[in-house]
Amino acid sequence: MPIHLETHLRAQRSGGRKLLVPYVTGGLSNWKEAIRAAAANGADAIEVGIPFSDPVMDGPVIQEASLRALKDGATPFGIIQEISTLDIDIPVAVMLYYNTLFRAGHERFATSLVKNGVSAAIVPDLPLEEAGEWCRDADAAGVETVMLAAPTAPDGRLPLVVERARGFVYAVGLLGITGERDSLAATATALATRLKKITDKPVLIGVGVSNAAQAYEACKVADGVIQGASVVRRLMESGPDAVGEYIAEVRAAIDAH
Amino acid sequence: MQTPGADGRFGQFGGQFVPETLVPACQELERAFTEAWNDALFREELNHLLKTYAGRPSILTECHNLGRELGIRLFLKREDLNHTGSHKINNVLGQALLAKRMGKKRIVAETGAGQHGVAAATAAALLGLECKVFMGAVDIERQELNVFRMRLLGAEVVPAQSGSRTLKDAVNEAMRDWVATVESTHYCLGSVMGPHPYPYMVRQFHRVIGDEAREQCREVLGGDDPDVIVACVGGGSNAIGIFSGFIDTHARLIGVEPAGGAAVGRGVPGVVHGMKSYLMQDEEGQVQEAHSISAGLDYPGVGPEHSYLSEIGRAEYPSVTDTEVIDGFTLLARSEGIIPALECAHALAWIKRAAPEMQGQVVLMNLSGRGDKDVAQMMDILGKK
Repeated sequence: MPIHLETHLRAQRSGGRKLLVPYVTGGLSNWKEAIRAAAANGADAIEVGIPFSDPVMDGPVIQEASLRALKDGATPFGIIQEISTLDIDIPVAVMLYYNTLFRAGHERFATSLVKNGVSAAIVPDLPLEEAGEWCRDADAAGVETVMLAAPTAPDGRLPLVVERARGFVYAVGLLGITGERDSLAATATALATRLKKITDKPVLIGVGVSNAAQAYEACKVADGVIQGASVVRRLMESGPDAVGEYIAEVRAAIDAH
Repeated sequence: MQTPGADGRFGQFGGQFVPETLVPACQELERAFTEAWNDALFREELNHLLKTYAGRPSILTECHNLGRELGIRLFLKREDLNHTGSHKINNVLGQALLAKRMGKKRIVAETGAGQHGVAAATAAALLGLECKVFMGAVDIERQELNVFRMRLLGAEVVPAQSGSRTLKDAVNEAMRDWVATVESTHYCLGSVMGPHPYPYMVRQFHRVIGDEAREQCREVLGGDDPDVIVACVGGGSNAIGIFSGFIDTHARLIGVEPAGGAAVGRGVPGVVHGMKSYLMQDEEGQVQEAHSISAGLDYPGVGPEHSYLSEIGRAEYPSVTDTEVIDGFTLLARSEGIIPALECAHALAWIKRAAPEMQGQVVLMNLSGRGDKDVAQMMDILGKK
């Protein structure tokens, strides 16, 4: 059975630790080495992106990574199978677009995740209103479904999102798609503040948290951060060692809290 | 035709598969549209623009020469005569008025052949909105004229460089822009696709085509309806528009897809661009690229109501090849003196092929756009002689 993501993150947090979840596009050259480097340098969990032809929430860096992985022949089930060979002692979540699991079939997909040690799924184009069937099937199989909360959500909506979230609550840091920005958007900490008031589930900010300083800033309010484009860019430009170094740097920054 | 419920579904198709950031905007749009559509003043304002700006009602033309040649009575609903040269103006005037009503200052749009982009740029110029149009880099090359038209109208045209660099990718780019600008911007989607309420809303803005055509046909046919209604289908807006007027008649409804982009004909249910619908995709759910002679139909998906009409057997979705399309294009030009858009030439191609089985029947085709934009491309294909 996979490690239980929420239990794991709560345990890490209870010691006063801020949470760090790097994102790596599955199937990209050296992706497994990058994950091992991140795990060895202070990651609390790993998010593996399943490449999709039409990643509507992603900016140029992750689009490019997805395209490269697909060109190299990456497939959803191939990546999930390889996750089982990672040999790391932290939980893994997959980030994928809904058509991938709709096409495969909910049950078949969820079963494959559990069998290969994947704890959770993040599906950015499956909002609350459409998530019911998948969430039921995922719960039944033992897959935690992380829900995204956005800055545009009215107050009445956030409790519903939080209630349905498993693993952690993914606070979308800004209005926009994934990618590095010069500064942390004010929406990031504002949303995390709203979420922290209504839940004790771990709240992690992702999308637009672009470097160690911004991660430190985000962790003033949030329980942790997701590092996506900044990690994937380093992997594509410089390789897995650069990912390890970067994660160590972010770890040190947020440990200062 | 049915009104989708709160879940935005036509049968199993449709829905609202959008990033969480966009959910409140889609819900707001649904409320605003419903309110506006039931507001007599809004409808009056829209109808006034359709009449005095777009040139509605569009006429009905009987093709005597081609009809005689094919052994059928053939009528064209002349959406090509609307301002901007296609049916797209019906929808953009509605959405631009709605955007203003919602207090938005800016619209973004995607475009394939450029017809929706030109229409959106036109409505934006008229109503004082800022306008940005995403267009696949490949389409920008093959529809140069429309790109310049949009720029003349004051719109910013941005090439979509991702994926297949055609319509599907222009939709992705427009949605990415909208995710970042949702508070000030309305996404002026150009077809009966995307998340709820777009498929329903865009259909309502285009049903004027079918409603007019039904009255016009009854007038010339002594109270009868045509036997067959034909339109081309990419996302499917012009087809839904004309089908709307005849859904409750005995008429066969035919949506003609390009062979290289036959979502209903060759696709299986999938989810992309906010909707569940038939989709050309591989075993892993990766969306396949559509390939056809016409940029406006190069779309691997289709509006969810078409998937529904196909599933319940109310409409049929045959496909035609590029070669047949070229033939249909020249056929209408030479026999009737009307140069159709390449998109519409798909409908003509099917009519020509199916004519032997329709002898003596009355066929109504939606001529949704004029072919001026395609002339340069056809010059390359047919040669300059």
